[in-house]
Amino acid sequence: MAEHGLNIRNLTITAPSASGEIGIVHNLSFSVGRGIVALVGESGSGKSTTARAVLGLNPEQFRVTADRFSFDGEDLLDLSEKRWRSVRGRMIALMPQDPKTALNPSHTIGRQVEETLLLHGTSSRSDRRLQALDMLRRVGLTDAERVHASYPAQMSGGMAQRAMIAAMLVSRPKLLVADEPTSALDREAQAVVLSLLSEFSRDLGMGLLLISHDLALVSRFAERVIVMRAGRIEEELAATALDDARSTYTQSLWRARPSAETYGQRLPVMDE
Amino acid sequence: MSFDQSEASRAAQPEIATSRRPQGRRYLFVLPGLASGIVSFAITLLALVLVTFAMTRLSPIDPALQLVGDHASQSSYQQARVELGLDQPLPVQLGIYLKRLLTGDLGVSLSTGQPVLSDIARTFPATVELATAAIVVASLVGVGLGILAVLKPGGAVDAIARFVSLVGFSTPIFWLGLLALLLFYARLGWLPGPGRLDVAYAYTVEAVTGFGIIDAFLSGQDGAVADASAHLVLPVLVLAFYGLGGIARLTRSALLDELGQDYVMVARAKGAGRARIVLVHALPNIVGPLLTVLALAYAHLLEGAVLTETVFAWPGIGRYLTTGMFAGDAPAVLGATIVVGTAFIFLNAMTDLAVGRLQKRRGR
Repeated sequence: MAEHGLNIRNLTITAPSASGEIGIVHNLSFSVGRGIVALVGESGSGKSTTARAVLGLNPEQFRVTADRFSFDGEDLLDLSEKRWRSVRGRMIALMPQDPKTALNPSHTIGRQVEETLLLHGTSSRSDRRLQALDMLRRVGLTDAERVHASYPAQMSGGMAQRAMIAAMLVSRPKLLVADEPTSALDREAQAVVLSLLSEFSRDLGMGLLLISHDLALVSRFAERVIVMRAGRIEEELAATALDDARSTYTQSLWRARPSAETYGQRLPVMDE
Repeated sequence: MSFDQSEASRAAQPEIATSRRPQGRRYLFVLPGLASGIVSFAITLLALVLVTFAMTRLSPIDPALQLVGDHASQSSYQQARVELGLDQPLPVQLGIYLKRLLTGDLGVSLSTGQPVLSDIARTFPATVELATAAIVVASLVGVGLGILAVLKPGGAVDAIARFVSLVGFSTPIFWLGLLALLLFYARLGWLPGPGRLDVAYAYTVEAVTGFGIIDAFLSGQDGAVADASAHLVLPVLVLAFYGLGGIARLTRSALLDELGQDYVMVARAKGAGRARIVLVHALPNIVGPLLTVLALAYAHLLEGAVLTETVFAWPGIGRYLTTGMFAGDAPAVLGATIVVGTAFIFLNAMTDLAVGRLQKRRGR
């Protein structure tokens, strides 16, 4: 294996529009190995498009170019749809935003957790069931048997999010792309889910690309933080170095976080 | 100062109530149990009876005159009015009508001279036979076309499905029926012409159930079942073609809607292919709207595929209704309308119940 993890150099994504090609992401370069990398930016900064590009899930019309765009040495740029299907779920997994809409309302939780295994070659039904039950317990759903037979409508948001984690990690992917995994949850559940994800990242030796608009939240879990603005990387730095950010944009994002010290005061607003 | 306090108490709330999520919409579908279904069924039925009753009393046709004829004397005309209860005030007439209805008495048809109920028992099965065969064909082909179109959007099947929907939707059905007869009966001679049975069987196959194929089977005659089936082919195909356009279109658009949902993105992220996503993930989620549309189409066909039954000389309730209408045969029209309307309401109530059950489980 030549190199480990996700390697991106000069990634550019454009989309067709009525007035010609418009750029969504420009010359993005970063890599994700085993640790947790946070990709932070305001809405429209291109972070979700970047996340979907890593799984080849952008609309067909989007054009993706890069000097290097590979995972574990495998080139992701000109992957056929068939090859993509064997990468998705098995090598790279996606953690969606809102678990309530991301679970199929017609399928039981057990079926949705087992699906990842079914698609990647676990042919024995009882094997799949055992692994799914084991995974449901590991994400903290202790009543795994009941959850396995439940429909998404019968679960709370927090439970659904845990079930979603189980569905994505049951096949032990090497990289998890989490696209705003907590924005549909309240503050306390957010921290729980992120600790769970970082725990799994450590235990499974899995890379975690955390996409978020919440700099304050992800900085508690990520090792490195990449700040995106209007499709470009504004700054990349260690999470511990956020207090000494060089970019004024990063500084203003960082200052805009609410905390105990700023309680009762007006937070600074972003100025262009 | 007071502003600060209220701010603080509001800010503290989320920390006390952990993982609170609005769950209101889950309870929206708890209400329609069997009981409320029956109540709304009864109310709709009553409304149907009232409207049909009002229609006959408001129409310029004089039932007494119909009965006795133009040249009857004034006294026999008056006698007929009294017999029919027409000399009574309207509410009383309605009361008499409802009482008869409850005992299954729909009156005597003026044109056939038979009780309307036995006329309907004879004609309705023929319509049910036709409509059922047509809805089965239309569902299978329509849903199939819709699915194939979504599997390869912009492909050949997609184009065919859209063309078929457009043609099926915009062609007058009687014209289609006439063309089909012209081509397959008159020109090619592949299929039999109008009617339920060939002349050879028409007087030997006894109408026991009213369902042509079953009666043919019961008669035990060689070739009777084949003949009854062959007569069914053309009207069924014409009716199915008419219905499948809407079904294909709904299947296609509902599936495409589902493909934009988050769970589809997740299924793709797990490594699922398009066929699996369409058939395993999206299809179960459109069963509700699909069932509703299929039931409506079926009810529509039961309502008397009037034009088709006329073109194909089909002895169904649609033709009975039209004949009755032209003859000014009020009891026949009224009876047929009530039977057809009841079937329509019943079918809709059953669909609502089934869809409600489905959605309750899924919490949609």
